[in-house]
Amino acid sequence: MSLEIIGTYATALFLLIGSGFALVGVLGLLKFNDSMTRLHAPTKVGTVGIGALLLASMTYSYVSGAPSMHELLIMAFLFVTAPISANFIAKVNLHQRACDTPPAPPRDDTWSTLKSPEAEGDIPSGNEGS
Amino acid sequence: MLGRALRWLMPHPFLTLLLAVVWLLLQNEISAGMAVFGVILGVLIPWGTAAWWPDTPHRFRLFKMIRYSLLVMWDIMVANVQVAWIVLTVPNAKLKPAWIVIPLDLLEPEAITLLAGTITLTPGTVSADLSDEGHSLLVHVLHTEDPDAVRDDIKSRYEARLKEIFS
Repeated sequence: MSLEIIGTYATALFLLIGSGFALVGVLGLLKFNDSMTRLHAPTKVGTVGIGALLLASMTYSYVSGAPSMHELLIMAFLFVTAPISANFIAKVNLHQRACDTPPAPPRDDTWSTLKSPEAEGDIPSGNEGS
Repeated sequence: MLGRALRWLMPHPFLTLLLAVVWLLLQNEISAGMAVFGVILGVLIPWGTAAWWPDTPHRFRLFKMIRYSLLVMWDIMVANVQVAWIVLTVPNAKLKPAWIVIPLDLLEPEAITLLAGTITLTPGTVSADLSDEGHSLLVHVLHTEDPDAVRDDIKSRYEARLKEIFS
């Protein structure tokens, strides 16, 4: 077993793990039936799925003799941006009341997404007048 | 005098370090010239954009942060397998999603952002919202028998460590 063969097998293994997790993420997206539980599926694909695929890419680049570290950067930027998009989708769900109403926070008045001028009666809602 | 000059030159020392490392990774090679150029960029970019980042955290312990990152990466892998198992085996009718409310002890915006990001990255939990004055975090859990245990776990495992990093 030369190093090259081990590297090739490792690349294949990481590719399989990555695509397996991506598949499970897609299955979850199709299977669950409300928007908040569906949100959990893409966060999985974004972390271990993509992580394993990038690891495969790095292993392959070392085996083929042109080492590359760009994948670490891709992973870092994904880890920074993925929670933001998930948070935005959750906020949209909350704002549209597309999910169960969350319990009220213990110390403050309300959740910041639910706090709107319409709810407090400061300005009339635009839908009623038309 | 020297300290003040350094603070004027590098308002965000960790950002300087981070930018230099990102530059080296982008170049895909480590040479002295590239390292010097990375440090120059790391000084110039925070200096030029300092007006938009007025506040810095009082303290930031880099080594505890590195240990925390390793812990989170391990948790991400373990939790991924658990959630994949839930997706494949638990039927929709038996799924028990829940909202949990985490009362926050952290005060710094940077620390709360890191905690919310950590909660979203560990699959099975998504941080959804912050209360209007920032004292609680709203988290959605995919499947749990015991929401209180999840809350205590997040508080002891992540929040306590973040408190140490920023204290």
